[in-house]
Amino acid sequence: MRRHLLLALAAALPCLVPALLAAQGTGAVKEPFRPPIQFTDEDPAPPIPADVTDDRRVARNYPEQPPVIPHNIRDYQIGLNNNQCLTCHSRQFTGATQAPMISITHYVDRDGQTLGAVAPRRYFCTQCHVPQTVAQPIVPNTFKDMDSLISRPSDGGDRR
Amino acid sequence: MLDRRDFIKAQAVAAAAAAGGLSLPAAAQTSMVAGEDAQLIWSKAPCRFCGTGCSVMVATKDNRVVATHGDMQAEVNRGLNCVKGYFLSKIMYGQDRLTQPLLRMRDGKYHKDGEFRPVTWDEAFDEMASQWKRVLKEKGPEAVGMFGSGQWTIWEGYAASKLMRAGFRTNNLDPNARHCMASAAVAFIRTFGMDEPMGCYDDFEHADAFVLWGSNMAEMHPILWTRITDRRLAHHHVKVAVLSTFEHRSFELADIPMIFEPGTDLAILNYIANHIIQTGRVNKAFVEKHCNFRLGQKDIGYGLRPESVLEVRAANAKDPTDSKPMSFDEFAQFVSEYTLDKTAELSKVPKERLLALAEMYADPKTKVMSLWTMGFNQHVRGVWVNHMVYNLHLLTGKISEPGNSPFSLTGQPSACGTAREVGTFAHRLPADMQVTNPVHRSHVEEGWKIPKGLLPGKIGYHAVLMDRMLKDGKLNAYWIMVNNNLQAAPNTDNETYPGYRNPNNFIVVSDAYPTVTAAAADLILPAAMWVEKEGAYGNAERRTHFWHQLVTAPGEARSDLWQIMEFSKRFTTDEVWPKEILDANPDFRGKNLFDVLFRNGNVDRFPLADLDPAYDNRESKAFGFYVQKGLFEEYAAFGRGHGHDLAPFDTYHEVRGLRWPVVEGKETKWRYREGLDPYVPKGEEVRFYGNPDGKANLFAFPYEPPAESPDKDFDLWLVTGRVLEHWHSGSMTMRVPELYKSMPMALVYMHPDDAQARGLRRGSEVRVMSRRGEMRTRVETRGRNRPPRGVVFVPWFDSARLINKCTLDATDPISKQTDFKKCAVKIVSV
Repeated sequence: MRRHLLLALAAALPCLVPALLAAQGTGAVKEPFRPPIQFTDEDPAPPIPADVTDDRRVARNYPEQPPVIPHNIRDYQIGLNNNQCLTCHSRQFTGATQAPMISITHYVDRDGQTLGAVAPRRYFCTQCHVPQTVAQPIVPNTFKDMDSLISRPSDGGDRR
Repeated sequence: MLDRRDFIKAQAVAAAAAAGGLSLPAAAQTSMVAGEDAQLIWSKAPCRFCGTGCSVMVATKDNRVVATHGDMQAEVNRGLNCVKGYFLSKIMYGQDRLTQPLLRMRDGKYHKDGEFRPVTWDEAFDEMASQWKRVLKEKGPEAVGMFGSGQWTIWEGYAASKLMRAGFRTNNLDPNARHCMASAAVAFIRTFGMDEPMGCYDDFEHADAFVLWGSNMAEMHPILWTRITDRRLAHHHVKVAVLSTFEHRSFELADIPMIFEPGTDLAILNYIANHIIQTGRVNKAFVEKHCNFRLGQKDIGYGLRPESVLEVRAANAKDPTDSKPMSFDEFAQFVSEYTLDKTAELSKVPKERLLALAEMYADPKTKVMSLWTMGFNQHVRGVWVNHMVYNLHLLTGKISEPGNSPFSLTGQPSACGTAREVGTFAHRLPADMQVTNPVHRSHVEEGWKIPKGLLPGKIGYHAVLMDRMLKDGKLNAYWIMVNNNLQAAPNTDNETYPGYRNPNNFIVVSDAYPTVTAAAADLILPAAMWVEKEGAYGNAERRTHFWHQLVTAPGEARSDLWQIMEFSKRFTTDEVWPKEILDANPDFRGKNLFDVLFRNGNVDRFPLADLDPAYDNRESKAFGFYVQKGLFEEYAAFGRGHGHDLAPFDTYHEVRGLRWPVVEGKETKWRYREGLDPYVPKGEEVRFYGNPDGKANLFAFPYEPPAESPDKDFDLWLVTGRVLEHWHSGSMTMRVPELYKSMPMALVYMHPDDAQARGLRRGSEVRVMSRRGEMRTRVETRGRNRPPRGVVFVPWFDSARLINKCTLDATDPISKQTDFKKCAVKIVSV
């Protein structure tokens, strides 16, 4: 019960913030700050949000944005002897797994030469590719991608 | 391009939408803009985040940033970025950007307990100036202060230094870099007589062994980690040792993983020195020619308030910097007590791993690179541990050549460029000069064209002391720029917040976003950020890197540079300088501070015609001259010919940064070695020319325990730090949806057995409590950080969960940098 209430509260926050912001243009600025507003506030900690695991590809904001990971990677082993991500996403396994192959850029070394296997400097996937949780951003982002500036209105950069 | 399968899918979606009565935006069905049709303008800029200093290419369209990617032409990152860098495009577009000055008001005027109301810049500066004048009149220059940042651009820090030291005549200026690498900076000066690393990032491609001293580069310096990974995986002889107080992502690449008891790195370093000596692997020729040995002061206290029992009890808390000469034999005798047995017992690291680590340094055939950041620097003996790692490299002569490199990493993008090189510390002037040195002050007075004797010689308040003085009512007018100190400082509940809300104090915060610090201020000034202004940063390998203004800041937001210079116009010399100075220099009477500091014939030397017509430059257009160029050239004059040579201003807009000293157009990759560094005379081989005798100093220090350790009431070590996704205090990264969703809250990482022993499990809500304060969060037992029993880790990026309410304001007594890595807490269920 309590958990649901918290989730509902968290969901309402993005709507509250623009309303508060709108006040900036008028008289008193009650609270231009995102909650918790004051240093002295002590809010309960919301539950740890669940991971997004729907396996749906999310459109990139621009061509070189590393795609986010749409599945759970908890307890994946990436180390000196093993890289569990590559057991699905490297070229030779994508036929069997139907996972997207890692970008061709990942076969290029520091000197611009294309190698036969993933370049060592690209070995640790999670430096660039991050999983997502279901947490909803507290502050909306007004980033507009290049296509929307050409023709279409923005979705705020939040594509979920 | 759409492939066939996707195209069919899109058609199906469109058909389904049509059938359902929905209409898709036209662009979703058509519009495939290709290549040049997108009409993007691409420009270079350094990344806004860490001290690595990656270069990114930034695409703009219609006065907005629409894309970013790694710069192929940049040596640092060769086309790569980490996840934060790849999302730079979004950092300026959080919906709650501050767009107008906000002042706490009641009944139409300023009131400490009033509510924030929008005001004009004029009203904001009027109130601010009247508060400054009141405080200056009542208490003098020591009651005003400024807390800046390693995120300031070079000219912003330089302008701030001029305003505070020459304008208001106070050295109460410190950067948040004090929290970050003051220990490293102090140890550099004490060892080599000059700040910053002798090597550079090229060492990554030359080393045979890498040792991470408390650093988690996999998350904190990911692009440098790619260079280590590249070296390790492509060259089988290469080994990586990782030392930390808990297991983290960098352990994934470790050949020698080591978890040590907090604070015992001191003992491990002395053991390695002892091992080098005992096994006869000292490079005697190098040591004899290039090194001095000194015995350092011990029992120096913990930088707490002087009345604290730990300070009273310490024998040498009053003079922690003292040292005296010693011989090599005495040094050898000093470290001889750090045997393998004793060190293994103290540190809890298995003997065979300590020995393997020691051999990396001792073996003359192994080129070794040591790397450290906050694990060393945020340490009550931070200066000592920095010295101790130099001891190892100096004993073996493994320094100042490709691959042999003690390398101090930095956290902020311009910790080196602005905090250290410009000299925005309370004790420093440009180009490594010191405020306490009358010759240095006089040199700066000449360069700035201000009266002799004007600059104050007393060291100002450092970061932690500023908070204490605000609380105690001795510092009353305070300007905080580009930092979020109420989230970042230690023991904030007791030592930081009370000073901000002290009714005697007027607190101004300049920021792009409404942070917790801004919320506790009296006046908030909206700041332009990153590519909304022309800028320059200096990274950890001495690389100076410029960028142009690429887009306009929103609303009334203005750069820190504009704010500093514009504010100076509110003062005349008669109001801020003493009568004696004005009597002796009548030409300066009644002058506006802006004219004295910024229209001095140096700063206003370059006309607007020098601007690159392809880019806007708001500050220059506001003041009528090329502000950034004038400030840079005045500043650069202090270092040229003195080993800090910077290239001409315009050069930096053409290149992906250059590593100083830049002599005759050439950057310097390795300092102090003949043939690599133009400052080393022929025939000397190596010269540490920062010191008058050309030698480096080794220091002998013992192991001493931390300020606070777990006991029966507070039974766990608390270590704070960062995560991959969020940088600085999260004020930018928490506003990027993808980064937020990846890491939305600060959890307490603990060992599953420690959780179970307290009746907790993953997801349990808990209070993390210290003797000073508490915060609420959830337990994580299987995340990326895996502490041993007895240790918990909490990151500090989350403004809703302020872990610094718990931390202890103990500092290194020499560097005054806080130890954020070691205090005692308990964890209880909510």
